[in-house]
Amino acid sequence: MKIIVLAKQVPDTRNVGKDAMTEEGTINRSALSAVFNPDDMNALEQALRIKDANPDTEVSVLTMGPPRAEEIVREGMFRGADKGWLLTDRLFAGADTLATSYALATAIKKLGVPDIIIGGRQAIDGDTAQVGPQVAEKLSLPQVTYAEDVKVNGDVLTITRHIDTGVEVVEVPMPCVVTVTGSAPACRPRNARRTMAEKHCEVMQLSVNDIDGDEQQCGLSGSPTKVKAIQNIVFQAKEVKRLSADEEDIKSLITELQEKKII
Amino acid sequence: MNNIFVYCEIDGIDVSEVSFELLSKGRQLADTLGCELEAVVAGSGIKDYVERQILPFGVDVLHVFDAECLAPYTTLPHAEVLINLFRQEKPQVCLMGATVMGRDLGPRVSSALKSGLTADCTALEIGPHDDRKSGRHYENLLYQIRPAFGGNIIATIVNPDNRPQMATVRPGVMRKAEGDMSREDAKVVYHDVAEYVSPEACVVKVLKREVKKNGNNLGGAQVIVAGGFGVGSKENFEMLHTLAEMLHGEVGASRAAVDAGFCEHDRQIGQTGVTVHPKVYIACGISGQIQHIAGMQDSSIIISVNTDEEAPINAIADYVITGSVEDVLPKMMAALK
Repeated sequence: MKIIVLAKQVPDTRNVGKDAMTEEGTINRSALSAVFNPDDMNALEQALRIKDANPDTEVSVLTMGPPRAEEIVREGMFRGADKGWLLTDRLFAGADTLATSYALATAIKKLGVPDIIIGGRQAIDGDTAQVGPQVAEKLSLPQVTYAEDVKVNGDVLTITRHIDTGVEVVEVPMPCVVTVTGSAPACRPRNARRTMAEKHCEVMQLSVNDIDGDEQQCGLSGSPTKVKAIQNIVFQAKEVKRLSADEEDIKSLITELQEKKII
Repeated sequence: MNNIFVYCEIDGIDVSEVSFELLSKGRQLADTLGCELEAVVAGSGIKDYVERQILPFGVDVLHVFDAECLAPYTTLPHAEVLINLFRQEKPQVCLMGATVMGRDLGPRVSSALKSGLTADCTALEIGPHDDRKSGRHYENLLYQIRPAFGGNIIATIVNPDNRPQMATVRPGVMRKAEGDMSREDAKVVYHDVAEYVSPEACVVKVLKREVKKNGNNLGGAQVIVAGGFGVGSKENFEMLHTLAEMLHGEVGASRAAVDAGFCEHDRQIGQTGVTVHPKVYIACGISGQIQHIAGMQDSSIIISVNTDEEAPINAIADYVITGSVEDVLPKMMAALK
């Protein structure tokens, strides 16, 4: 069985500086520290669990990004993936979710559609949750989103989904696309032996040409959504009453709210 | 042609609240644009139940798709309904809830139609746009406004050339209109589902579904005690529960607190959580990232408890108490007794 894990290197959005955005309103990735998108880690773990249960499974990592995003592929291999590819080309830059899914789906067609394509539900830089379903549509495959547990049962997958206020168990034939939520089991740590062995391994790079992609559908030119404006956040200052943590201050606040019948 | 479409989500035969909110917003946008508001609803055994729920929101045309393969919800049949309907009707705007269902369905539809989709919008407006690169001028585009980049900025997104302009909106963000706005000449169209959905679309089988009605009432709560990373631990969060109980309110949390495991996910307030409008919002140890502010800024009175005098949330607070949660909350509870 073959599994492709879709993973993304994302800027650490918890530490964003002023130079984080370019003038065109896209993200200036070089100004930010980069991490393995958390939900994609949960997806990798599901893939590795399937490999644990079915040892002849081959798990590959596919990512798109600038050259340094090969760290993602390598990180995946340290944790148990067999190999991986990095889609990298200036023509891929500035892609919205539609152009991203076009590139990923076109690469998957070129590499051969596996039994399972699995990725995180969403990435922490955009929080859109769109790329998984869009890749599925472009490959005409069924999709299951918000997965928490994925089990192989012959030629179908039995998947437990974490939906708003409960769970749903569905059965989907392979090949298919699955997206995994952050509430699924965390990824196993690096394997020391694999980390030593794969430390300097070469990550295969793919350009638009390598995947027979249509330039017009990649990157900024393949993106229907445009950023019209970016605003920094300026809060409207209100009239603020500042209080200390003294008992009297707190007591008088509570009394004030009670007298005004607010609480 | 060129109308605004709202995909109405249903649970059994009940149309969900987020759909009413979107219909209300859709009516306003349609009036601004001078076009019609159309609604789409798909399910099983819904005919004669959904019409009276949807039409009062001022819908001009309601499209009903009623067939067994459409319930319980799975992606492909619903996607085929929308994709094929939109190919005929060519909407200019399509709105859906940023729910588990809408976030599963929206991208699939947008990919098939090669249209742009903006997730989790917090505001929708109509306006012009000049494309700097091509020099073209556009009128009456949908401004899809959302916090982006972990909530550090607010972005306005437009789709100049592709239709429909698609957006998802979280429950509670738009306000549901009051009163009956039914149109006298409203039309209801009952479609033949077989013309839209192929038999191959029904490949995903739902084996089991256990959904409890929402455990909390954050959306309707009058008082909310919310905690952030500054609460420090799951144990300290218990204090928030006690205070909320005394005030007959609910407990909420910021994303940082949920990520840290202090509080369960369904209590997350913010752009990617619940949007709330309480009378009193007590923010405990919440710094106030825009992503959180987006979900609670309409609270009538905001009380911020924070050790950091300069916490961003203090700028929108009515009362700022400088102190730690462990210190201040017990004093509040004592004052209430």
